[in-house]
Amino acid sequence: MTSSALALGGVLAAEGSGDGFQAPGLGEFYPEVVANFSVLGIDFAITRITIILWVATLALVAFLVATVRNPQIVPGKLQYVGESGYSLVRDGIARDVIGPKGLPFAPFLGALFFFILANNLMAIIPFAQISPMSKFAFPLVLAAICWVMYIWIGIREQGAGKYFKDILFLPGVPKPMYILVTPIEILQNFVVRPFTLAVRLFANMFAGHMLLVVFSLGAVYLFQVGNYSIVFGPISALMAIVMTFFELLVIFLQAYVFTVLMGTYLNGSIEAEH
Amino acid sequence: MNILAAESENPLLPPLGEIIIGLIAFGIVLLVMFKFVAPRFEQVFRARREAIEGGIERAEAMQTEAKAALEQYRAQLAEARNEAAQIRDQARAEGQQILEELRSQAQEESARIVARGAEQLASQRQQVINELRGQIGALAVDLASRVVGESLAEEARRRGTVDRFLAELDDMATSGEGAR
Repeated sequence: MTSSALALGGVLAAEGSGDGFQAPGLGEFYPEVVANFSVLGIDFAITRITIILWVATLALVAFLVATVRNPQIVPGKLQYVGESGYSLVRDGIARDVIGPKGLPFAPFLGALFFFILANNLMAIIPFAQISPMSKFAFPLVLAAICWVMYIWIGIREQGAGKYFKDILFLPGVPKPMYILVTPIEILQNFVVRPFTLAVRLFANMFAGHMLLVVFSLGAVYLFQVGNYSIVFGPISALMAIVMTFFELLVIFLQAYVFTVLMGTYLNGSIEAEH
Repeated sequence: MNILAAESENPLLPPLGEIIIGLIAFGIVLLVMFKFVAPRFEQVFRARREAIEGGIERAEAMQTEAKAALEQYRAQLAEARNEAAQIRDQARAEGQQILEELRSQAQEESARIVARGAEQLASQRQQVINELRGQIGALAVDLASRVVGESLAEEARRRGTVDRFLAELDDMATSGEGAR
């Protein structure tokens, strides 16, 4: 809880100086550098968040490998958990959203879903309590990969000419409407989609973390201030717990939404629209 | 304080280092997924589907087999019944034929017996007639000789007379039979 402790330190310092409660700010997302190193001038500072990212990634890989180490027709508990998650993506998204040609994308979508889920879960796991997905870089990487992929698949499946023509001149639209529709479609397909994909996930995890930190630190502060505040302290603590459960919902939902949206984009690339 | 120093950073401007780290981390997950996890899961799904479908297929095959056997038994039963009916009909017809044959044979036999009896009767009658004729002739000659008192036995004329007389008798008998 170094980042929270850090903020707490700030709060206590503020208390000491009589400045009142200092709300946690963006500093939450820029924790102290544990170790500095750079390659070719690129800064690869090891921070709490990159460590959490690696812990989540390695834990996920270990979990996935464990689920399929000894696969059985009648699954054990661990295999059942892994299988349920993979089936959710494979059957619910790859097969049902993308369509009959979707099954080859199941491993990619599965990796996407599990990677986001594992990183998101760090948001409520004690001692980590921050999701790497609340750093814009990581959702952006995923969205960029998805962006390149659905455009590439669209070109591969429909041919570059037809794919871009269908986007520029949406079939079935009256010709004068192209003045309005074409810019929207271009913006939609090449800018808005990847940007919203990244921002949706990032903003949810960012805001979720801020909420949890504010309520937790608020509770601590209110308990320390004493007098009437001691009545509101438990309420703030309760809210922190409630928001943690809410966060759990958001964690699953955002991982699923990201994957489903990527599924629909892939569907649009594979099947000629309309 | 470093919190305040960090405030100036824009959260929407990601550092390049984090982007590369993110790529590597996701790349590892992708690699593990493609090379190891997904194929194993697909294998399990396939095995499971085969196990279920195989069971259903086996049951279906058994059912069709049982149905075919039942059909065969039914057909055989119907055939056997048909055959039995045919045999019965044939036997009845044969019996009828045998009966007819026996009846006609018996009729023939009886006719033959009757004919033989009639023949025998006729020959006996002829014999009796011949005998009687002889006797009657002798008696008549005897009687006539007694009446006349002299023997006409050796006379050829006398023989002619008797024969004529008897022929007359015969004629009377035959004409009487024809009239009857």
